[in-house]
Amino acid sequence: MKATTFIYDGTFEGFLTSVFEVYEKKVVYPKIMKQEHYKASFFDISEVVITDTHKADRVWKRINEIASSNAKRTIYHAFLSEQPTIENDLLYLLKKLFSTSTPKLIDKDFSDQIILKISKIVKMVDREKHRMDAFVRFKLTLDNIYTAIIEPDFNVLPLNSVHFKNRYADQKWLIYDSRRKYGVFYNLIEIQTVEIEFFNNIALDKIAKEYLCPNEDAFQVLWKQYFDSTNIVSRKNLKLHIKHVPKRYWKYLVEKRGV
Amino acid sequence: MNFERIKEKLEILADAAKYDVSCSSSGSKRTNKNKGLGDSSGMGICHTYTEDGRCVSLLKILLTNHCIYDCAYCVTRRSNDIKRAAFKVQEVVDLTISFYRRNYIEGLFLSSGIFKNGDYTMERLIQVAKKLREEENFNGYIHLKSIPGASDELMREAGLYADRLSINIEIPTEKGLKLLAPEKNRKDFIQPMQKVANEIIQYKSEKKLIKSTPIYAPAGQSTQMIVGASGETDAEIMYTSSYFYKKFNLKRVYYSGYVPISYDNRLPSIGSDVPILRENRLYQTDWLLRFYGFDIRELLNKENPNLDTDIDPKLSWALRNFGNFPIDVNRADKNMLARIPGIGLKSVYKIINARRFRKLNWEHLKAIGISLNRAKYFIVCDSRTFESKDRTAAQVKGLILGSIKSKFHHSYSNQLNLFDGQQKIIS
Ligand code: SF4
Repeated sequence: MKATTFIYDGTFEGFLTSVFEVYEKKVVYPKIMKQEHYKASFFDISEVVITDTHKADRVWKRINEIASSNAKRTIYHAFLSEQPTIENDLLYLLKKLFSTSTPKLIDKDFSDQIILKISKIVKMVDREKHRMDAFVRFKLTLDNIYTAIIEPDFNVLPLNSVHFKNRYADQKWLIYDSRRKYGVFYNLIEIQTVEIEFFNNIALDKIAKEYLCPNEDAFQVLWKQYFDSTNIVSRKNLKLHIKHVPKRYWKYLVEKRGV
Repeated sequence: MNFERIKEKLEILADAAKYDVSCSSSGSKRTNKNKGLGDSSGMGICHTYTEDGRCVSLLKILLTNHCIYDCAYCVTRRSNDIKRAAFKVQEVVDLTISFYRRNYIEGLFLSSGIFKNGDYTMERLIQVAKKLREEENFNGYIHLKSIPGASDELMREAGLYADRLSINIEIPTEKGLKLLAPEKNRKDFIQPMQKVANEIIQYKSEKKLIKSTPIYAPAGQSTQMIVGASGETDAEIMYTSSYFYKKFNLKRVYYSGYVPISYDNRLPSIGSDVPILRENRLYQTDWLLRFYGFDIRELLNKENPNLDTDIDPKLSWALRNFGNFPIDVNRADKNMLARIPGIGLKSVYKIINARRFRKLNWEHLKAIGISLNRAKYFIVCDSRTFESKDRTAAQVKGLILGSIKSKFHHSYSNQLNLFDGQQKIIS
C-alpha cells in the first residue's frame, strides 16, 4: 500500500495538526514531512496540512493527559532537532503512547530501537541548548542592547530564552539565529520573537564596530587575556580542548577568534 | 576603567590563581528574584575550556599575590622572585559584572595571597562579595577562598554573600605539611572549615523553622589536595579525603597533580611530568565513593595502598572480587549493576527502565551504550552465548587490556576522559 505524506509548515503546531489529521482520517501508512523537505513525485499520495491551533491544542492536551512530563519534554525537544525523519519517529512514539497500557513509561523503553533513537536525539538537542547557554557572547551595542548572533545545529533558541531571561533580567538583550533567520529580544519586560533583515546572512560576529559601544573591544581584550592566563601550559591537551569546544563553535567565541 | 593596567593585573593574578582546579558553579540555589542581574539556581555552565582542557566557568583570580607565607609548593610564596600585583576591590567588582553581562562567566572565584594577616585578607574578599550582592544586585555565583587563620565572625559573614567557600588542605599528610609549609598549621585551616560547616548545619535547621533565614553558602564547601608533591600514597590521599568529606560535609574534594614550579629540592624538579594519570585515577575513586556506593576500604587498603595505573579502580575491584561475578543484568539491583565494569550510572538507569519491557540481550545492551569489551566478562543476559566462565581474573585482565590497547594508547597519553564533564570518568 502506498504511504500518504502529510506536508506541513515546519512549526510544532503544524506537526501536531498533522498528527490530528492522521488520526482523523485513519490513515494506515502515514508520513509527516516538512514542506521544505518534500519533493513531489507522481506516485505519491500527499496532502498539505494547514496549521490549525485548535487541532494542535487538542493533540497536545491529549498528550498532556497521559504522558509523563519527561515524555512531553522528549517530544518537543526531539521535534526541535529538525532531523529529516523526526516526525515519523515521533509519530511512532505517539501511536505507542495512545495505545499502551503504561503511557507513563513510554519514553523509557530503551530496548525499543526508535525510542532509544529519539532519546539519543533529545540528548543531542539538550547538549546543543546547553552549549548555547555557554557559548553566547554578548556585545554591547550603542543602543544598549547586549547582542549575540548564533547558528546552532538545532533549533534550540526557544529553549534558551527562559534561561537568559532569568539571568539577564535587568539588561536588554538580543540573540539572533542567523541560520533560521529569527531572534529573541528581551526588552526588560518580556521576550519577543523578532526577524531583523539586517542580521540575516550576516557573517557571525561581523557586527560592525560603529554599532558597538566604544569600550566593547577593550572588554574582549580583557577576556582573551584572562583565557590565556588561566591556562596551564604544562598540562596542554588540545585534543581534550577541541572535544569540549569543537572547532565549528570557535566563530562564536571571543577567546578563540581573537579581537 | 584603566584597561591597560587591569590587563596587566589580570595577567599576573589569573596566572597565579590557576593552580586551584575548582571551577564548579553548580549547587547554588540563588535565584534572580528582584529583577537583578544573574541567577545561579541552574546547573553549572562551562563557558569555555582552556587549552589544557579544563572548564572555565568562573573568573578565577587572586585579589593579590603578595603573601607573607612561604609555602614551598606555591608560586605566590614570598621567596619567589615574581611580579606582584593587587586588584582594588572595585576593580574586581567591575570586571566581574562586565564579564558576566557578556555571558563569559557564571561568576567569580576570588582567592588571595595572605597580606598582613588572615583576617585582613578575608575582610577584603568579603568586601568584594558584599559589594557585588548589595550594590550590584548580583545573583551570579561567588566562590570565596576561606583564608587560613580567619576569625569565626568573618567566616560567618563570608557565607552570607558567597555561594561556596573553600580552603585547600593542599598537602594530604601532616608530615608533608611540616616539610613543605613549616609556618603553617593544620589548625589554621581546620578552624574556618569547621566554622563554615557548623554554620551550614545551623542554617539548614533554622531554615526549617524560619523561612526568612538568610541563605548561607548554599553551594557548600570544598577543598583541594596536591597530588605528588610530598611522596604520599593514594591510600593516604583518599583516606584523608574521605575523612574530610565526612567530618566537614564537603561538597567536593579536588585533586591537583603537582605542576613543578620550583627548584626547591624538597619537591619534584621543574620539568618532571605532571602526574595526570594518577590524578585521573583519584577522581575515579572519588566518584566511586560518592556515587557508586563503594566503601574506601574496598578500593584502597593495606594490601593495595596505591591504585593500579593500567586499569581503572572499578575494574581493579571487580577483578579482585571475580568470584562475585557474573551478574545477571536482568535481575541485579541498581547497586550491583553500578559495580559492573563498563557500565556507568546512565547505563544503569537505562537498563533498569528497559528491562521492564523485555529481557535484555547483547544487542539491547550494546545499543544502550555499555562498553561490552569490559562488561561482557562480568555479566549474563538474555542470550545464549557467553564468555567462557572458567577464565581467571588475570586472563580477563589480559583480554581487556588487549582489546582496548589501541584505545588506551590514545586516551592515556592524552587523558581524554579526564575532565569529561566529570560524569563520564567512570563507566
Ligand atoms: S599562604 Fe597560600 S598564597 Fe601564600 S604561599 Fe602559602 S599557599 Fe601560597
